[in-house]
Amino acid sequence: MARIDLNEIRHSYKPSPKSDDDFALKRVHTTWEDGGAYALLGPSGCGKTTMLNIISGLLKPSHGQILYDGVDVSAMQPEERNIAQVFQFPVLYDTMTVYDNLAFPLRNRNVPASEVDARVRRIAETLELTNDLGKRAAGLSADAKQKISLGRGLVRSDVAAILFDEPLTVIDPHLKWELRRKLKEIHKEFGLTMIYVTHDQVEAMTFADKIVVMYEGEIVQTGTPEELFERPEHVFVGYFIGSPGMGFLECTLEGDIAHVNGAAIPLEPGYGVRASSLGSRFKLGIRPMYLGVHSSREACGELPGFEARVVGVEDQGFCRIVTVQFGGQEIKARINDGHPVAEGLCWLTFPPEKTKLYFNERLVG
Amino acid sequence: MGLQLENVSKFVGSEMHLADISLQLKPGSRYVVLGRTLAGKTSLLRIMAGLDRPTKGTVRAGGVDVTGVSVRKRNIGMVYQQFINYPSLSIYDNIASPLKIQGVPSSEIDARVREAAGMLHIEHLLDRLPSELSGGQQQRTAIARALVKDVDMLLLDEPLVNLDYKLREELREELQRIFGQRESVVVYTTTEPTEALMLGGNVIVMHEGRILQEGPTTEVYQNPASMQVAEVFSDPPINFIPVHIDGECARLGNELCLPLTEQTAALPQGEYTYGIRSNRFSLSPRSGEDVAIRGEVGLAEINGSETFIHFRQGKESYVVQEEGVHSYKVGNTISVYAHPGDFYVFNKAGKLLVAPKHDR
Amino acid sequence: MNKWEDNKAWFLILPVFIIVAFSAVIPLMTVVNYSVQDIFGPGQRFFIGIEWFKEVLSDGRLHEALWRQLLFSGLVLLIEMPLGIGIALLMPKKGWGSSACLVILALPLLIPWNVIGTIWIIFTRPDIGLFGAAINTLGLPFDHTASPFDAWVTVMLMEVWHWTPLVALLAYAGLRAIPEVYYQAAKIDGASSWAIFRYIQLPKMRGVLTIALLLRFMDSFLIYAEPFVLTGGGPGNSTTFLSIYLVKVAVGQFDLGPAAAFSLIYFLIVLLFCWLFYQALQAVGTGDKQ
Repeated sequence: MARIDLNEIRHSYKPSPKSDDDFALKRVHTTWEDGGAYALLGPSGCGKTTMLNIISGLLKPSHGQILYDGVDVSAMQPEERNIAQVFQFPVLYDTMTVYDNLAFPLRNRNVPASEVDARVRRIAETLELTNDLGKRAAGLSADAKQKISLGRGLVRSDVAAILFDEPLTVIDPHLKWELRRKLKEIHKEFGLTMIYVTHDQVEAMTFADKIVVMYEGEIVQTGTPEELFERPEHVFVGYFIGSPGMGFLECTLEGDIAHVNGAAIPLEPGYGVRASSLGSRFKLGIRPMYLGVHSSREACGELPGFEARVVGVEDQGFCRIVTVQFGGQEIKARINDGHPVAEGLCWLTFPPEKTKLYFNERLVG
Repeated sequence: MGLQLENVSKFVGSEMHLADISLQLKPGSRYVVLGRTLAGKTSLLRIMAGLDRPTKGTVRAGGVDVTGVSVRKRNIGMVYQQFINYPSLSIYDNIASPLKIQGVPSSEIDARVREAAGMLHIEHLLDRLPSELSGGQQQRTAIARALVKDVDMLLLDEPLVNLDYKLREELREELQRIFGQRESVVVYTTTEPTEALMLGGNVIVMHEGRILQEGPTTEVYQNPASMQVAEVFSDPPINFIPVHIDGECARLGNELCLPLTEQTAALPQGEYTYGIRSNRFSLSPRSGEDVAIRGEVGLAEINGSETFIHFRQGKESYVVQEEGVHSYKVGNTISVYAHPGDFYVFNKAGKLLVAPKHDR
Repeated sequence: MNKWEDNKAWFLILPVFIIVAFSAVIPLMTVVNYSVQDIFGPGQRFFIGIEWFKEVLSDGRLHEALWRQLLFSGLVLLIEMPLGIGIALLMPKKGWGSSACLVILALPLLIPWNVIGTIWIIFTRPDIGLFGAAINTLGLPFDHTASPFDAWVTVMLMEVWHWTPLVALLAYAGLRAIPEVYYQAAKIDGASSWAIFRYIQLPKMRGVLTIALLLRFMDSFLIYAEPFVLTGGGPGNSTTFLSIYLVKVAVGQFDLGPAAAFSLIYFLIVLLFCWLFYQALQAVGTGDKQ
């Protein structure tokens, strides 16, 4: 078990990088607390695999250090770092039984046979593999294989952290949530630092207590699932988290009032002061579930209503996603099952506590 | 041109892939084939396309028997799960390929390729090779190729399943728009209920090689004919509660007593299964009639903008869907509320007896 | 209309049938014809049943040649397989070094087989050959034209030099097909190089190694040109392998009947190994599917 510090890490795959664009990781400076369940989330090409390989030691960063419990391990090989890794595709020793697969990392480290047996049996029980111990690993289903890969990491008592590289890619959809539950249980039982790399927000948000969102080689936000959803610090996080993502409208600012093509939308007090020195072009962001769509101005209640036009409706069963045209721009709203959907003319409300302001893609605040 | 399947069966060896399928696809309509993996969706699509020949039964296109007529001789576009393009041809030539085979003049090819590429937002990629594109762009190319000729029938076999969820979200929306502009019959297979609902049109629910139910999508969603249909057409899974209806309420042991409604009071006493979709549960009472179920939290999954909370009460486990992103500690106790009128009632054989009134 | 489409397929493979008939079936039937007749000259032939087969099967020299052949093939496999795997393991994985190795390995495979015999004749000549002269200078008497043991060593050396590269190339292809994550996982599991070889590389190479094994067995079993050029089957009969003996019978003694019977028996032995080859491949195929 270990706390992992990444100090001013930069990495480029090119021998002599010139500009920031040549770096796969532009600047990463962060800490992974001991025993935390983390997810590293981002689209393909954002640098998350590079980061994972730097943590595991398969890759040496061009700049910066990596510390395990304060000890600089930057120059160490993966096997010296005491980490375990579960890969996208199950990696098994085909000719061995499940038991021998699980025992392999211990036998390589000359652990006494009695202790190997005790640990293998305990891990097999946790992973519900006890009945398969005598079977050849090659004949098992994908989810069992992936559990064995995980088991080979868990079986070692000295593991500093377990890294997961999109481990559920090959698992059947209806088995995924079982494995997610299992991973959470294991995290609780063993208290290990776990880092889960994925492009799938469902997996990241379900598994992790804290999510690190990466975009174009940088960490754009670190936070709990709720924080990412309620208070995205970057336009990309707003778009990437949630389905559909956060809606954005180009606006200008006057005090605490955002102007969208003539409509004056009040924001939470304080934005005006914080944003005053930044510039003049802003983006207003609101999640579809918070954007109110009403069939009359009176229905808007205490909030000011702004005239708009419904241009599209998508039924998702439990809700409908409505696309509205507002001030020459389009934005989406979500209307729950059982609520009426306005047709044509409608009035929008922007609850101030849910309406965020962005400048240069970053949250003003 | 419509398509008609009459008592079509498909066996591979002794294994049954499709059993006695009869279907009538009307020209200009959209059909979503919904079912889990191995339900027979791909087999059905391949027979419709003429890629496979049914073991028994007849396929008619526009009234003409086309059973076993090769796909080359029929005017069909198909898109697969895998991104299938010609690796050595540019995106332009990939999209143009079906037209070149038909011998369309090159000026017309150019116009149509650009139109199809424009529809799928890949105009700027026409000079590249498939391997230089992302998965999403490759699948857009495959779809453009299927759209470029005026096909009688467009078949899509889980086209979005291998894409990231954000790309899936975008393409799903675009496809819906593109299908709307087309005259051809569109058949689209998926395992995801949400996708079926978004695409609208008609749904064909399949399970183990059989058609369980077909009809307009929302109607089937709201009135699933059996427990199986309800299961296939719910994500997260629908909650089933085995109950005993007596004179007073629908009971599950001593734990739960759901008061009878106007409709359920008319049922004879006995054993039934109640079903409720996870979104009809709520975490706070919405009316005085709501009944509470207390349970222990197993896992909270966060899916898009929803939180699915798995919880257990006694031997039964349930899922409740909550709007927004919330965290729950495993093992905490929560109360979940449901209105007695929101339940589906199924008999012992799993047939639907009562569906909730949707506009409640 | 549909029936017609199905039948058309037969016409498409008709040319293949004709080619196979002329290239394999008809010559084979000629051999069968010869093997059951005694031929004195044109028009003078007598049907004698399985006489030739009896004679050939009881021929002591054929037995000797067969055992010699099996011993040779067995030794060849015992040397070439481990050596080929070893070379493949030592080869660089990428860069110009890997290309250079591939070219060097391919060289012996590109030389015509009878030329190889000639090269080795010169190479091992006790008076002027680089190898032969060097060994003799070291004080070890070496002459493959006089000593049966030296002749065997020479033929083995030539065979190993000629064909080990094939095993190495196949093994190398098998090694390159192992995904990098297996090595990463093994590193993390703390596996030694031996454990990596034993539990990852060897099992993952099983398919190509089976092919290499069978190819090498069949090829060495049919060996002719190189020893014929090098030793002519001698000294004595010490390097007279099956095919050399067959040619001696057929061409040297003009015993066409026994030679035909011999050919058929040889053919059946090879066929037997083809069958084993097929069975082994099948077993590997299903093994991987699990």
